[in-house]
Amino acid sequence: MPLLEIENLNITFDTGDGTVHAVNDLSLALDRGETLGIVGESGSGKSQTAFAILGLLARNGRATGSIRFDGDEILNAPARTLNRIRAERIAIIFQDPMTSLNPYMRISDQMVEVLTLHQGMGRRAAEAEAVRMLDAVRIPSARERIRLYPHEFSGGMRQRVMIAMSLLCRPDLLIADEPTTALDVTVQAQIMALLQELQGEFGMATMLITHDLGVVAGFCERVTVMYGGRVMERAPTDPLFERPTHPYTRGLLNAVPRLDRADEAMAAIPGNPPNMARPPRGCPFRPRCAFAGEDCAEMPPLSQAGPARQRACHRTAEEVAA
Amino acid sequence: MLSYSLKRLAIAVPTLLILIVVSFVLMHAAPGGPFTSERELPPEVLANLNAKYGLDQPLWRQIVTYVWGILTEFDFGPSFVYKDRTVNEIIAQGFPVTLTYGILSFLVAVAVGVTLGVVAAIRQNSLLDYLAVGVSIGAQVLPNFVMAPILVLVFTLWLGWLPGGGWQGGQWQYVILPVIALSTSFMASIARITRSSMLETLNLNHIRTARAKGLPERRVILHHALKPAMLPVISYLGPAFVGMITGSVVVDVYFSTGGIGKAFVDSALNRDYAVMMGVTILMGALTILFNLVVDILYGWIDPKIRY
Repeated sequence: MPLLEIENLNITFDTGDGTVHAVNDLSLALDRGETLGIVGESGSGKSQTAFAILGLLARNGRATGSIRFDGDEILNAPARTLNRIRAERIAIIFQDPMTSLNPYMRISDQMVEVLTLHQGMGRRAAEAEAVRMLDAVRIPSARERIRLYPHEFSGGMRQRVMIAMSLLCRPDLLIADEPTTALDVTVQAQIMALLQELQGEFGMATMLITHDLGVVAGFCERVTVMYGGRVMERAPTDPLFERPTHPYTRGLLNAVPRLDRADEAMAAIPGNPPNMARPPRGCPFRPRCAFAGEDCAEMPPLSQAGPARQRACHRTAEEVAA
Repeated sequence: MLSYSLKRLAIAVPTLLILIVVSFVLMHAAPGGPFTSERELPPEVLANLNAKYGLDQPLWRQIVTYVWGILTEFDFGPSFVYKDRTVNEIIAQGFPVTLTYGILSFLVAVAVGVTLGVVAAIRQNSLLDYLAVGVSIGAQVLPNFVMAPILVLVFTLWLGWLPGGGWQGGQWQYVILPVIALSTSFMASIARITRSSMLETLNLNHIRTARAKGLPERRVILHHALKPAMLPVISYLGPAFVGMITGSVVVDVYFSTGGIGKAFVDSALNRDYAVMMGVTILMGALTILFNLVVDILYGWIDPKIRY
């Protein structure tokens, strides 16, 4: 049984602009200890998928389908059920470390409350554990700095605090939602190295949500590429990088700047992500796709292409990969 | 924090001086005087009176004498109208009354207003929310000089539950109606500010983090959302405080509570310069002090503010 199993997840938002379909018919599974990358541009529905898992969708959001965690259905579960899973078994790191910590509380109080709530620890023991975890994410002189407020830390340090806080209960699943997007490039690499090291140490399954394929390459065993709220392609990381068989994956890979091949120009995908209040009919990538044809007005099904690969495209893998 | 408070208190001294000079000049600039009456006084009597109260002196000298009296002896002078009473006595008599129902009104307005606002925000667009918003809009459009007679009409004349006036040393039956009359509109404003500020706060990223930590909603609201949501409310407390001072005039007059507000109005009508100045300085000092308290509260809530 997979640790996390999402089936036919649909997420919609009621807005003044009409109903926005953020995620369409998403299915995925994640085993214990596995690392999965979810890749896509902003608006592809990857963050909303993460929020739906933890029941954190905005008030106007609605999710249907099924999300099973360790065999139990948790989609739209009551807050009491979710609160026993949140942080304790599924933890999340958010995109913006500058605003995701409570600016009005000391780091110590924010970390301690997780342990007193979920593990019934006393204040003293909880704080000692929190300091240990801050040490693990390499915050220097953690024993003193745990008394500080978030604004007294830099962005990278705040993200380290977030990571430490998320790992306090040794969760089975860690969701990292664009953990490095808001950080400086040099700090990004440090944070990813830290996450990788901690993943090896604690062995939790990790869902890494990002728009940065470079980040995925060193971290994830498998990758799911999303666009316009749908899965475009998924495969183990290495084969996907070596031979992308979906026009969107190919576009994404071409858009990664390469230092090893001087002659190849970086190619941006033309156009913009679709307005999800009025998505194009059929395949959402159609308006930007070099391979698009008449038949793309109908959404191609996600079908098996090879032993571990799935893709949703009317063109054959050979046509695209050539 | 301490040095900041002391600095603020030091700045208060010139502020109060400016307040004294401006009030003094304005007061004297208005035509008429304390001894103007329908029946003309003989000029000699008037001259004697003016000399006794120092009104024959040039204005700057009057101000200096007045300030000197306050600084050296804390003496705000004799009343110009009540021959046997000093301003100190009048304030000592009326101020405790005003302070009592003022503080009570303040507490009621904040406690009820914040509770209503928070509940309305948590249950946004529910019947409870509409009820809270409706009640607070209703309460806000009813000025206290309309509120007061309605309260007396209902609770005194119709129901006969509570006395419609008097103070009786602050027995609770006498306190209730003045407090309701004074606090209602502020309660309403605080409820509205709390509601919108809480709604905004609940959408912040760190509240999402708190939820992701599995904290029960009650703890999310009370431990994580309430503090930031209170910041706009605290900014409103300054103006609310001033509004309550003016409101106390209406309450004093309607409920005959004998507070300082009544003395203030009477002094303005009677041109009782000394009482007018005394009350003005008192209210000015209180306002300055209160704004300091508000700023300190701000620093206490928001760790990014350091004095």
